[in-house]
Amino acid sequence: MSIKKIHKEQPETFKFNDKSMEAANKIVSNYPDGKQQSAVMALLYIAQRQNDNWIPLQAMKYIAKFLEMPYIKVYEVATFYSMYNLSPVGKYFFQICTTTPCMLRGAYDLVKVCKNKISEKENVLSEDGKISWMEVECLGACVNAPMMQVNEDYYEDLNDKKLEEIIETIYQNKIPKPGSYSGRVNAEPINNRKTLLGNKNA
Amino acid sequence: MLKDEDRIFQNLYNDSGADIESAKLRNDWNGTKDILEKGREWIINEVKSSELRGRGGAGFPTGLKWSFAPKEVGSRPHYLVINADESEPGTCKDRDILRFEPHKLIEGCLIASYAVNAHKCYIYIRGEYFNEGQKLQTAIDEAYKNNLIGKNALNSGWDLDIYIHYGAGAYICGEETALLESLEGKKGQPRLKPPFPALIGLYGCPTIINNVETVAAVPTILRRGAKWFSSLGRPKNTGTKIYCISGNVNNPCNVEEEMGIPLKELIETHAGGVIGGWDNLKAVIPGGSSMPMLPKEICDNMKMDFDACVENKTGLGTAGIVVINNDQDIIKCMARIARFYKHESCGQCTPCREGSGWMWRMLERMAAGEATPDEVDMLFDVTKQIEGHTICAFGEGSSWPVQGLIRHFKDEILERNKFDPVVKKQKNIPYLVDQHLLEKENA
Repeated sequence: MSIKKIHKEQPETFKFNDKSMEAANKIVSNYPDGKQQSAVMALLYIAQRQNDNWIPLQAMKYIAKFLEMPYIKVYEVATFYSMYNLSPVGKYFFQICTTTPCMLRGAYDLVKVCKNKISEKENVLSEDGKISWMEVECLGACVNAPMMQVNEDYYEDLNDKKLEEIIETIYQNKIPKPGSYSGRVNAEPINNRKTLLGNKNA
Repeated sequence: MLKDEDRIFQNLYNDSGADIESAKLRNDWNGTKDILEKGREWIINEVKSSELRGRGGAGFPTGLKWSFAPKEVGSRPHYLVINADESEPGTCKDRDILRFEPHKLIEGCLIASYAVNAHKCYIYIRGEYFNEGQKLQTAIDEAYKNNLIGKNALNSGWDLDIYIHYGAGAYICGEETALLESLEGKKGQPRLKPPFPALIGLYGCPTIINNVETVAAVPTILRRGAKWFSSLGRPKNTGTKIYCISGNVNNPCNVEEEMGIPLKELIETHAGGVIGGWDNLKAVIPGGSSMPMLPKEICDNMKMDFDACVENKTGLGTAGIVVINNDQDIIKCMARIARFYKHESCGQCTPCREGSGWMWRMLERMAAGEATPDEVDMLFDVTKQIEGHTICAFGEGSSWPVQGLIRHFKDEILERNKFDPVVKKQKNIPYLVDQHLLEKENA
């Protein structure tokens, strides 16, 4: 369980905009009648996307009403799962995987770069307020280690130089290209592929 | 090496696209209706005789699991739930199936849901795999459009709806009952078993839960026959498996290979060998971080299947192979894994909630050489107090890797931790040592 801090300054109101409302209604319809509580995780995520990547308390209250469930049950879910940000994060939210398979391939070099180039401490915004970073647990792309997630995209096969380039690209108001940075295709063994060659050359 | 034609996941590296046309060229959705027409019993028996075992880690026979679903639908509907909450460190096979072979999974869902009498299927994908989920959604939309699923799917008379449910970053939701809790919109804390989900699962209804790779393999097995599948590997450990090879190897990769392939061959052939050569190998974690590690001596002749792993006091798990070479600090590596478990413990059972933190802190000190030699036994005892005393298998998953470390590298820990405190002279102060350890000595 991760420790979650609720942000001190909370907005006074929260409401789904039209786009969020449409998405929320669609998700609620995925579940049987009377089981709308199942949609709480998805709705929290929708609220997070609408509200610059973090969830205010008012959004939890709003969702509780929306799904006719107790507010505390929404709060419980929001604090249990690590992907819900309860305080603001950068517009570009760097999540560096440092679990053993990534660590073996140099994930802590990436952490060093983040400390130098973004902010000394985790979850603190960079000077221009664009980026924040944190260490996270296994993101499930171990054969492409070391890797990180920025918002919804995976950046794989990184090293310190490549991460520096990515950060620079963002500081220059450009969006870096997601995917592998070693030039390989997905999860194939680079320069050493021995299987399914017929498909590759087809 | 397995022949290419015997590989189930032909598009593992996305050579030809994940869309429905490309998928059909790979034989997906070929004769699915005929398979359904052969009936439930035939499907379940065929899966049983193929000896397919669940690919999610526990290795439970899939056909047997399906046969646990009630034969007749009573007042409660049946559900099929696909576990795509892949979070085990070292494992990233389901991700490639979701993004590159989604139609195999959807076809598998149709067959499985027919076999277990379910009209609704939920695919629980970990939240971080958002893009992979979007790709799967595209494939689901294609399948609806082509009447492959939906009302009267394939004109077989069977209705099936498939929905995606995203997780939000909790490892424990890969445990099947925690996953159900999460699907119901609660925090993901595992349920006591029994009752098993096959009778009382999602919303209290009969529910069958399968891993992505298991279900995605089913259509090919049924098309090519159980005999073909069981001719690969060896009895009880049949078929093919996607191995994820990560860590200190030259070419980390995912590769589908025959069950029972020697570990050395797998690493040398497909992953380009250990960095610094085979002799530079220190240890291998064979099945994702939950499985005890093996030292080089065992790895030399080890075969990769369920039973061979158990013989060596470890497990095949998810077949996420993490290779650690001599350049690494093995204690630090395990301390990091212990930190992972401390972070991911759901907090429901005390031995796991407290014990996972203890293990982490003790290992950190051992990595720094700040522990006493006595503490190694104490740490082993902590793992024994967790193992078997929790609701779910997380207790085993968090304590086994530490046990593996102590089993094979105890000398190395002792070598580093010679710190001898005053405590030793006053061993009988109960506050300073674990009381029950003393009791054992006195008994």
